[in-house]
Amino acid sequence: MKLYFRYISMLLKCQMEYRTSFLLLSFAQFFVPFLVFVSIYLLFQRFPDIAGWSLYEVAFCYGIIHVCFSISECVGRGFDSFSPLVRKGLLDQFLLRPRSILLQVLGSQFEFTRIGRLIQSLVVLGFAIVHLDIIWNFQAIVTLIFMIVGGIFIFIGIFMLGATLCFWTIEGIELVNILTDGGREISQYPLNIYPEGIRRFFTFIIPFGVVNYIPLLFLVGKLEASSMLVSILYTATPLAGILFIFPCIFIWNLGLRHYSSTGS
Amino acid sequence: MKYRQSYVRSYIAYFFLQIKQGLQYRTAAFAGAITQFCWGFMLLFIFQAFYQSNVQAQPISYTQIVQILWLQQAFLAFFVLWFRDNDIFTMILTGSIAYELCRPIHLYSFWFVKLISARLSSASLRSIPILLVAAFLPAPYSLNFPPTTEHFVYFFLTLFLGLILLVAISMFVYISTFYTYSAVGSMLLFAVFGEFFAGLIIPVPLMPLWLQKIVYALPFRYTCDVPFRIYAGHIGIPEAIVSIYIQLGWILFLVVLGRYFLQKSLQKVVVHGG
Repeated sequence: MKLYFRYISMLLKCQMEYRTSFLLLSFAQFFVPFLVFVSIYLLFQRFPDIAGWSLYEVAFCYGIIHVCFSISECVGRGFDSFSPLVRKGLLDQFLLRPRSILLQVLGSQFEFTRIGRLIQSLVVLGFAIVHLDIIWNFQAIVTLIFMIVGGIFIFIGIFMLGATLCFWTIEGIELVNILTDGGREISQYPLNIYPEGIRRFFTFIIPFGVVNYIPLLFLVGKLEASSMLVSILYTATPLAGILFIFPCIFIWNLGLRHYSSTGS
Repeated sequence: MKYRQSYVRSYIAYFFLQIKQGLQYRTAAFAGAITQFCWGFMLLFIFQAFYQSNVQAQPISYTQIVQILWLQQAFLAFFVLWFRDNDIFTMILTGSIAYELCRPIHLYSFWFVKLISARLSSASLRSIPILLVAAFLPAPYSLNFPPTTEHFVYFFLTLFLGLILLVAISMFVYISTFYTYSAVGSMLLFAVFGEFFAGLIIPVPLMPLWLQKIVYALPFRYTCDVPFRIYAGHIGIPEAIVSIYIQLGWILFLVVLGRYFLQKSLQKVVVHGG
């Protein structure tokens, strides 16, 4: 863990060398998703609601998923830009060092400019929380934290899967973006606006629904908990997102064993 | 005159060379088409959910939105501003632009040809499978024919002019690299606002009226909003004709301005690298 923070502070110093470029990029990272939210806002000016959901509820969904995405993009950038490591044979260096590969890949990159995106998402999330009348008792706060943690694990899991594919394909694949960017865009709305198949896929296979849709139902009182136990179960649903990382780590290790070096 | 002719010939040769090069990336294009297709479907469902909730009539029908969404996905490579040619950036940043300047060509036109051909080859590979599949989808989601053949003809005309206009706009991004050196941040900002004003994030008819006024005053909507809405039958023929004149006006203005800025920055170009 200490080593990881060493890695990170090095990367921070690196990126701070180009300060103007850094600031501009963070600034841009703020606006890219922000205009998407503005569009959602504008659509709600035309339409009263979407499948019974208000603007603020959608904003809550949006905020959660974007907070998760921006944090995992910061942290998991090493997996996201993994294909050059394989293509140029740089991964061999990692294999020689007496530290875990996972740690080294995670430490190889850290995208600080995503801070812009993170601020944007927090602003939207704040906007939603102010307007929704959720009673913020201890349980609700824990649920919120679980939602964010669960979401981060799901995104990092998908990044890992994409990186694992590189062991076979060498090149990075655009198709993985359907799961990361697509998953993010889809789950910024409550999942029940989509047909059954999509909803199932994003609940049971890539469990985005678990970290924002289902807990949201509970938080805004659309799902009544019949007993104490059920209500605790609802609070814990986002933790299912963490489970998603285990098969991903397993597949990653499988890929790593398959790895044969390229380059010269 | 003869000299001039050989000029043009070299541009045309370069154009076809670039197209051939672009067509090499078939697998990438196929993957791209699938991504685009999924993306299109997602947007269809979101808009459908919105339309199901509405009580009063909207300024544009759901079927028309569907047409616009599919065309956007199919011709995305024409109209996204973040689609960029790294060759030109590296040229400026590494100093190999010095070679380009030695060639007996006009740099602006040369880049223009390069950018247009890159977009054409990329879009031609992606658009056909998307359009084909979209045409055979069941009723509310399918891509239909435009209301009349006239609409179709004007769609093609404005699409073509839109592509030229977009390249003229994107040219400024490359020119700005002479001044900023690192283009990523400013480029991204420019791209995302450009796409917003072009109606790629939210269709122009669904914007509030005050925003539509701003959008109409800027060049971005004349790239893809106009042709797609003509196809969908949301813009009539008289307005289409006016739009063509406006497109031509913007193209003329931006090309003249772009050439001027490029000339100016070339006068004090710093060749990087050694």
